[in-house]
Amino acid sequence: MEYFVQQLVNGLTLGSIYGLIAIGYTMVYGIIGMINFAHGDIFMVGAFIALIVFLFLVSVFASVNVVLFLLIMMIVAMLLTSLYSWTIEKVAYRPLRGSFRLAPLITAIGMSIALSNFVQVTQGPRNKPIPPMISTVYNVFGISISAKQIVIVTVTIALLAIFWYLVNRTALGRAQRACEQDRKMAALLGIDVDRTISITFIMGASLAAVAGTLYLMYYGVVSFSDGFVPGVKAFTAAVLGGIGSIPGAVLGGLLIGFIEGMWSAYFSIDYKDVAAFSILAIVLIFLPSGILGRPEVEKV
Amino acid sequence: MNAAPAMNDPILSVEHLSMKFGGLVAIGDLSFEARRGEITALIGPNGAGKTTVFNCITGFYKPSEGMITLTRRDGSQHLLERLPDFQIPAKAKVARTFQNIRLFSGMTLLENLLVAQHNKLMAASGYTLLGLFGIGGYHKASAESIELAKYWLDKADLTSRADDPAGDLPYGAQRRLEIARAMCTGPELLCLDEPAAGLNPRESNALNELLQGIKATSGTSILLIEHDMSVVMQISDHVVVLEYGRKISDGDPTSVKSDPRVIAAYLGVDDTEVTDVLAEVGDVHVIEQLDGEPDRAHGPTDSASMMAGPVSDTIGHSDDKGELVLVEDGASKAGQYDRLSALANALAAPKGGTPDKLTLIKGIGPVNERKLHEHGIFHFEQIAAWSEADIEAAEAYLEFDGRISRENWVGQAKALAAGGER
Amino acid sequence: MTAISPDHIERTTPAQRALREALYAGVISFGLFVLLIGLKSDQNIRNELILVQRWGLLAIVVALVMAGRFATVAYLQPYFAARKAEKAKAAPVSADAEKTFFWKHWTKIAIAALFLYPVVIYQLVGLQGSLKWVDNFGIQILIYVMLAWGLNIVVGLAGLLDLGYVAFYAVGAYSYALLASEFGWSFWILLPAAGLMAAFWGVILGFPVLRLRGDYLAIVTLAFGEIIRLVLINWREVTNGTTGISGIPKVTFFGLFDFDVSSPFYIAKVFDIPQSGVYYKIFLYYLILLLALLTAFVTIRLRRLPVGRAWEALREDEIACRSLGINTTNTKLTAFAIGAMFGGFAGAFFAARQGFVSPESFVFLESAIILAIVVLGGMGSLTGIAIAALVMIGGTEILRELHFLKAVFGQDFTPELYRMLLFGMAMVIVMLWKPRGFVGSREPTAFLHKSKAVSSSFTKEGHG
Repeated sequence: MEYFVQQLVNGLTLGSIYGLIAIGYTMVYGIIGMINFAHGDIFMVGAFIALIVFLFLVSVFASVNVVLFLLIMMIVAMLLTSLYSWTIEKVAYRPLRGSFRLAPLITAIGMSIALSNFVQVTQGPRNKPIPPMISTVYNVFGISISAKQIVIVTVTIALLAIFWYLVNRTALGRAQRACEQDRKMAALLGIDVDRTISITFIMGASLAAVAGTLYLMYYGVVSFSDGFVPGVKAFTAAVLGGIGSIPGAVLGGLLIGFIEGMWSAYFSIDYKDVAAFSILAIVLIFLPSGILGRPEVEKV
Repeated sequence: MNAAPAMNDPILSVEHLSMKFGGLVAIGDLSFEARRGEITALIGPNGAGKTTVFNCITGFYKPSEGMITLTRRDGSQHLLERLPDFQIPAKAKVARTFQNIRLFSGMTLLENLLVAQHNKLMAASGYTLLGLFGIGGYHKASAESIELAKYWLDKADLTSRADDPAGDLPYGAQRRLEIARAMCTGPELLCLDEPAAGLNPRESNALNELLQGIKATSGTSILLIEHDMSVVMQISDHVVVLEYGRKISDGDPTSVKSDPRVIAAYLGVDDTEVTDVLAEVGDVHVIEQLDGEPDRAHGPTDSASMMAGPVSDTIGHSDDKGELVLVEDGASKAGQYDRLSALANALAAPKGGTPDKLTLIKGIGPVNERKLHEHGIFHFEQIAAWSEADIEAAEAYLEFDGRISRENWVGQAKALAAGGER
Repeated sequence: MTAISPDHIERTTPAQRALREALYAGVISFGLFVLLIGLKSDQNIRNELILVQRWGLLAIVVALVMAGRFATVAYLQPYFAARKAEKAKAAPVSADAEKTFFWKHWTKIAIAALFLYPVVIYQLVGLQGSLKWVDNFGIQILIYVMLAWGLNIVVGLAGLLDLGYVAFYAVGAYSYALLASEFGWSFWILLPAAGLMAAFWGVILGFPVLRLRGDYLAIVTLAFGEIIRLVLINWREVTNGTTGISGIPKVTFFGLFDFDVSSPFYIAKVFDIPQSGVYYKIFLYYLILLLALLTAFVTIRLRRLPVGRAWEALREDEIACRSLGINTTNTKLTAFAIGAMFGGFAGAFFAARQGFVSPESFVFLESAIILAIVVLGGMGSLTGIAIAALVMIGGTEILRELHFLKAVFGQDFTPELYRMLLFGMAMVIVMLWKPRGFVGSREPTAFLHKSKAVSSSFTKEGHG
């Protein structure tokens, strides 16, 4: 039983990270109907920026003040990763917005390849390990919960609360929802659609950057190829929860994290990625609208 | 128009068709027949469910209830509600066109027509294997299919543009191409979904000629949905009218045109326009001549279906909370018309030839007086004798919304009847 | 009405605007690159991570970006605008203009050139020198051309967005590897066998995804591709895991003579010519050339047959297809199967060429590259795809040859590191420039009077 709850905690932590990335996928798909293939690599860029900031802070400050460091890492990562995402949207996606559906997909794949190889070229292909930032582990009823996990879950909850507020209670959120429903009409009503879409990308990227920072903190190592698999898993989470639905993305993330944890614990760790991909395929084939999504009907 | 009695056998027989989407009843207990070699038109105001009927017939929806039988020339029968959608054109030989034109816009006109002959050509090419090696009868079949395509391009007046991409055609030509493409499948029943939509009068005439040509030469029966009355009246042999998913009239064009329930459904029942239309039709007194009862022979009958009900039963739908909400009782205009006609004490003609001066009742002006006359109310004592139900019916029809009771017409009428004022 | 003086409207000259844009671009690129280029995380002697400062490099990159942006706004944009205006003024080019001899027969010329290629190379650089050109360029490019032509059937003709095509490549390669190592059957028997296996898997993988459209179809095929790769890695008993299967026998020339140095039928012994590893490569070159041409031939034939037309109609509008009586399920499965079959052929060839297969050769990136070649070339266009493969693969291969760059950037500079980076950027740039691919039109397969190319602005890209 304890083992189970332990896996539950591990899965919850992992799931939070996936959930944060998944929100970016689901928001972009909701507003412009495009799968942003490069989003997983944006997450990886966020992790790398956090890494460099960490190394910088370590070299500047004598002692490691974890809370301060984390905060600075997150903020800088959010700022710069958003810049990446914003630039990519403006340069590569916006010109192709009206056209041919395949073109943005190919562009996104190209961007993904370019981003991961850019990091490989500029930072080197090897893994980048850092000394553990937080080592405290608490023992609660025989289950070990590390402080890292608490940080991750807390940060995630805090961000989601802010996010929920932004989307549901502000004019920006309203503009986003309007653009999701009917872009042309929203434009006719005076909403700056380009700006709303840019802000959507920025919001998604910020969350991915935080996820990257937390990922770095949790695993202690990052590599340029770390964008692909977490990206696909996060996308699976977004689809599982219902693409276009933000609570769905979070729910999906938690589920995927949970399933992955359970699978590695009780079955085999080798095939855990197969589990994630299989879930993706099964969900898309049998439940394309996801858990919290709404099915689309094609009008004849 | 058919003057002779319809001796043709039915090619399409729709029986007790019902289509429900969640809580919404889109079609309720619809039955009608389309006869072979005829042009049958399905008309009705927007939202009547005409395209839904089409989609049920052509296999895009699976009906909730009912049977759709297609009888081919050789006598074989196909139950369309059971066939997989692509078998309907292939086996039952039912072809269709779409409301939003669905052409293969990146392919030339000729290629569009060749795709329509796919099944025939596939068989001739030995399911590709023989054709790949250049053996078998594919070459001959291919030449024949091009001839057939040429024939229909000619009929649709599109030969000059045969090698242009279909997306390049003007709208009217695209519509004709879609029909030509459907005819290339060699159908026995051609279903057209608003073929005249967006066409100007000249193009509508060309369309009429094309359709009549099809009927005359190929013997294909046509079932069409249309809003353009000129097309419907000019070429159809048989008209079925739907409103809110139910059939309210069924017959040849002239009788349907003058059916007051149809007029009520299309125009609503409160206008002076009603009299104008009736004047157009040529018979102002036609309403009075009807016996005020729904025509059981052509209208909905009692049936075992759960979804059947009187015509005046309106369509229910679910609101956000999943509760069944009925559309305003009495929304069906045809139903309203029926109810009003059934006013208990309607008279065929005023007693003694002179109606009372109904305008003496405060609240009844000349327009309302005329309307009341149309429904057989000529004397104060008739109004005085109105029951609650009658008042409701009159209110709905005349759109008074509580006025009758507010201004106490019944009371005034009683007083006037008693007072003997003329 | 008072005339508005020009000063009021256009206060900034193009140069000023260019300057402003350049500054703007400079700021943004600084933000993007300051941490990732300016600083590098490196491992020092104690294996700890430290930061290396590269502010010089950062300055150069930012300066280049600014210069590039300035040049684009100041010169390129006005140039293109002027050219557009010119074109609009000029009379439209007659569609019936007589084509020159070259353009009319250019397919035949190209094929002849491909056959003569090894001969030409041999003349230019001798036997040993030609190894690299025939193998790394010729064979490599032709493999991708064949794969792209195979994927073209699925994506370009039928409009089914397949992001997991590499799975069929892998099935073909591993089938050949396993059967050849186990049973020693000849390549010529195993080639069709590999194709059949791949086609079989094409149907299996195609079945569940029949109902999916567009993006979802893409993602599920991606998932399937990855699942197959992960199974190859983990099913060690059969596939030997990450170590892969080696010692795959070489292809023989129909059993008459072979390319194995130790064999009594070695070609050098049979024909009494000097020994060299190049013979095998030249043989393989012609083999892949013939296989690729077979793919092209079959594609062209199928397009004229009803099944090919049904594929293209499926891409345009699936509902209309069903309303014409076409069984779209079978049509889709056929497309998957035939596309997969050619992928399987290519896989078998790949295994025979390498002598060794491992799961690393079948990553998602390969599927992405093949799809990019199909889309960049122009969906459904065989020549466009071939050109795209030549440019993209050849272009990145040629980076290895650019030794002169070492002189510019220093000895440590290895251009091939930048291969994939340039590939990704090239994908983006070409898509932005020509969203419909290099070849912007489609040849109709039947015509009454005259074959007119259909502009790709009419063709749909298909939603699965």
